[in-house]
Amino acid sequence: MTKNQTLLNLALTLLPIIASVVISSILILAVGSDPRGVFEKLWEGAFRNSNALAGVLNFWIPLTLASIGLVVTFRAGLWNIGVEGQMMMGAVFASWAARTLVLPTPLLIPIEIAVAMLGGAAWGVLVGLLKTRLGVHEIFGGVALNAIANVFTIYLISGPWQPPEGGSAQATPPFPDYTLLPELSGEFPVSLFALVLTVVAIGAIFLALRGTRWGLELKATGKNPRSALLLGVPTERSALSALIVCGALAGIAGAYRVLFTYDSLRPLASGGIGFLALLVVLLVSMKTLLVPLVAFLVAALFTGSTRLKVALQLDQSLADVLQGTVVLMVLLSNGLRERLALRGRVGEGEPETEFKPIAPVTTEAPTYE
Amino acid sequence: MDIELRNIHKWFGSIHANNDITVTLKGGRIIGVLGENGAGKSTLMKILSGFQPADSGEISIDGKPAVYHGPQAAIANGIGMLQQDPLDVPAFSVLENFLFGLSLNRKEARKRLVEISQRFGFDLDPDTPVANLTIAQRQQQEIVRLLALGVKTLILDEPTTGISAEQKQLLFDTLQSLARQHGMTVLLVSHKLEDVIALCDEVIVLRAGKLVGDRQMPATTQQLVRLMFGQEFAPPTRERVPLGEPVLRLDGVLLRDKRLTIDTCTFQVRAGEVVGLAGLDGSGQELLIRACVGLVKPNRGSIVLAGQDMTGKPYRHYLQCGIAFGAAGRLEEGLIAGLTLTEHVALANETDPLIDCDAAREHTANQLALYNVRGRAEDPIEQLSGGNQQRLLMALMPEEPLAMVLEQPTRGLDVDSASWIWQQLLARRASGTAIVFSSADLDELVAYSDRILVFYAGQVYEIDDASTVTIDDLGHLIGGEFEGSGAGRRLA
Repeated sequence: MTKNQTLLNLALTLLPIIASVVISSILILAVGSDPRGVFEKLWEGAFRNSNALAGVLNFWIPLTLASIGLVVTFRAGLWNIGVEGQMMMGAVFASWAARTLVLPTPLLIPIEIAVAMLGGAAWGVLVGLLKTRLGVHEIFGGVALNAIANVFTIYLISGPWQPPEGGSAQATPPFPDYTLLPELSGEFPVSLFALVLTVVAIGAIFLALRGTRWGLELKATGKNPRSALLLGVPTERSALSALIVCGALAGIAGAYRVLFTYDSLRPLASGGIGFLALLVVLLVSMKTLLVPLVAFLVAALFTGSTRLKVALQLDQSLADVLQGTVVLMVLLSNGLRERLALRGRVGEGEPETEFKPIAPVTTEAPTYE
Repeated sequence: MDIELRNIHKWFGSIHANNDITVTLKGGRIIGVLGENGAGKSTLMKILSGFQPADSGEISIDGKPAVYHGPQAAIANGIGMLQQDPLDVPAFSVLENFLFGLSLNRKEARKRLVEISQRFGFDLDPDTPVANLTIAQRQQQEIVRLLALGVKTLILDEPTTGISAEQKQLLFDTLQSLARQHGMTVLLVSHKLEDVIALCDEVIVLRAGKLVGDRQMPATTQQLVRLMFGQEFAPPTRERVPLGEPVLRLDGVLLRDKRLTIDTCTFQVRAGEVVGLAGLDGSGQELLIRACVGLVKPNRGSIVLAGQDMTGKPYRHYLQCGIAFGAAGRLEEGLIAGLTLTEHVALANETDPLIDCDAAREHTANQLALYNVRGRAEDPIEQLSGGNQQRLLMALMPEEPLAMVLEQPTRGLDVDSASWIWQQLLARRASGTAIVFSSADLDELVAYSDRILVFYAGQVYEIDDASTVTIDDLGHLIGGEFEGSGAGRRLA
């Protein structure tokens, strides 16, 4: 990649952020408030002291985990909307471990995490099997499985895992302290274990996508599963492994929500972080190393917005508006990026592809095998 | 309408696709545009028809400079192009497709459509969905549409690929009438020199981006080949190779897809044998080919590869057992747009879980040199020309497979590239590889096959000794006239 392209890429990544700041400023002016004040309060909300920063990190950890999981499925060409449900199943499985197992904390926590990964991965592989075996598009399968995961959680909370004083379907009884992820300190309540795990996961996925056959097979499957199959790539295994890895990472994110953010299983414990992760991945256009950065910005925005109401009597939903603006701008800049790529697409000799579309394929070759 | 091109340049990366092309195209003539793959003729035609801009140079129409961007603007300037695969909307009817770009209401449009179709003897029902038309009819409807849009120069890219002899004659009559009676300019891009000789008044020849020839017809095939390549080619020679053991055997196989059934076909291919599959597109040869590699599972019967029962096994199993498969659509089935050449080679040839980038690049560079692929290891595959893509596909296949099963291996390739591919195939055959291939080119089938299977609507006819069959016989068989042909026997 040349220097110019790198600069252009950076510009296209920053463009939506700058554009959404400008547009939201106009919106804030329109409702009669001061954009500077709003952004100041947002900043304060996120960074005024170590406690606030810990809040940002607590959001960043599950968001980053889910996002890098999604980088993997996107690489394999799969729109894993089911990531939200995979987080929920991770949360459910972790809750089971926390409620059932009685072990010393250093031993129990890795087991809880492993069980959560299993739950998320199982939910992920289900999306995959629906797609490769039964031809159900992963978006539809994912949406359905998200709903099922939510209903299942509510069933557990209002049924078998109901608090003894009677279920208001608010939450399960709090898990015992020894089952929860320990805080670093009172001023800086962050789980060091989860933080390290997240950083390791980023590095591992980055290296795996870059320099392994598995990563190359994912890329091939994502770009053209049919050709990949014909070149000898086990495309079904490839797609399923992507969903398993993503599910497992989302599972850790779900476990984090119930074992640290909360201390019990709640409906929608995932807090929509899976959907936010989709936004993050769209924003970074699948560049693994940009994920933590962008996830941090999103987490800061989200955490900071809680301050808006307290300080400016502005509704917190303004943060949603900001987010919505970001999404739109990202999609627009992605469109722009594609357009530029198309224009710059250099064909050597005669690029056969452009105006000689698909050859008549009369028989239906399988795509996943 | 006279078109004058002056000093046209077009660069793609480091490739000078059109290098200082200056030529005048006179109205009322049919002009052949010749050149091998990658010579720059498609680039020039795309510039002329507005699909891409030139980097520098001028176009003037009837003496007036013309600057236009996009196909619509080109059409407004009177230049329209008929793509090799028609750019129409299959789900829409002929009339609806005809309406694109026209400011007529449906009633007027229908009248116009019928009137133009009748003038040229086209059989186009305005209400038939385009999906139900043959390639030739789709071309006809594109021609009619472009004429209604007032096009005065018509560019056709390989228009005779995949259409029958009668339809070809009708197309040629139409083009001649357009040029002679209506004073239109017709530009014909074609690899088929016999078409060019039959039709054109003049040819322009490109080689490596430059205009190397502009001559009046008539000319002989040899003269045209010399213009295109700077040299002549000897006709292919084929040595007899002693046949070995049966490699691939289909036993009482019943194959079915949405459109046709091949009932109870039994045949085998022996080591070192070349079996050609003939037939119009969609006659069943694709189905059989895909059954040979496990991509279509037979509804009945068995498939045996080197003594091993492969019935119902997945494609990858066939691959591991020594079958190499090449599909007709290179970028749809075979290569992956967006991946580099190195990534392709690593995918196909390496098995290590960790990828050593330097080693992979070096290995790729070797393969590229060995297979004469013009491209760099780090280039994305879609940047290569068709001939180079096909050579890379060959490089990705195993060195000594048991059998190679190839769909139209020389589709869209020029004489030079095609003969290179066949050299490779014949070399592998000499070391005992069995070859099964399909082709739309009857000369190719007769020249290279030991045996030919002819397909017609799912029926299969076997010609035992391909050297005894004439092109003419083969033409009749492809048309379904199996009865009374003495060349072979019915298989299924």
